Amino acid sequence: MAVEHFRIDDRLIHGQVVVGWGQPCGLGFLVLVDDAVVGSDWEQELYRMGVPPEMDLYFDSIESAARRLPEYRADRRPGLLLTGDIATMAALCARVGDISRVTIGGIHHREGRAPRLRYVFLAADEERALRALAETGVEVVAQDVPGAAPVPLADVLAGTGGG
Amino acid sequence: MTTNSGIRAIVAGHGQFAPGLISAVEQITGLGAQFHPISNAGLGAADIEAMIRAAVAETGAKVVFTDLPAGSCTMAVRRMAKLGADVTLVTGVTLPILLAFATGSSVEEAVARGRESIVISGESRGG
Repeated sequence: MAVEHFRIDDRLIHGQVVVGWGQPCGLGFLVLVDDAVVGSDWEQELYRMGVPPEMDLYFDSIESAARRLPEYRADRRPGLLLTGDIATMAALCARVGDISRVTIGGIHHREGRAPRLRYVFLAADEERALRALAETGVEVVAQDVPGAAPVPLADVLAGTGGG
Repeated sequence: MTTNSGIRAIVAGHGQFAPGLISAVEQITGLGAQFHPISNAGLGAADIEAMIRAAVAETGAKVVFTDLPAGSCTMAVRRMAKLGADVTLVTGVTLPILLAFATGSSVEEAVARGRESIVISGESRGG
């Protein structure tokens, strides 16, 4: 089973991840890749409190995630790897080289971002980063919950905030 | 404890969870004005935290009720508490808990009432 989902979500650990994906997909572990969180014991404790006891939560920097990915892939449980922004996921993909699909789970409104889907708002540099990621062969889609159809990147970038 | 605003607690959660729950409290007791609703819909983690922080500051409420233990509102309040905010967090809030709190119970009493209110009846277990 191993790591089945590579998700970008600026809320990191939250209901949609733990319950929305965690329960129907039977996730056994989450990998949170965030260079700031990996250096903060109290932030790690905060996120651990949000995860049920039967689900393991691992914290990694981009560097350590790239190094440990074979280990995560060899895990027999389904897993989900999570980053809080596009840059971190793009850096991980570049480091690893064989991540085939990345899902945008939620990038919310912020100054300078334009609405693309109900749960995806992007600044111009973020759109360029996603295009560049797709050009390396990674399939980029948006999908907030398991029951929703994945939205291809071209449709995301053509969107105006609905869907 | 009653604040100057009259609002005793924030209710925060997904979608229309908070206004829905508060509307039920209002319908049953007429005491819905004790609660301030917050929805995380469309907001990132930083904006959710900012919104709850502002609501606590504006209302003087010391209690925040949230829906899911892993929800983004819960994470935001836990972060606030870690950084020194004087708030009590109750996750997994239900209508019986809010009703008990609205009618004068302490947080602990209200949560106990909520636990007592969960009852399974009937033969079928639905699963």
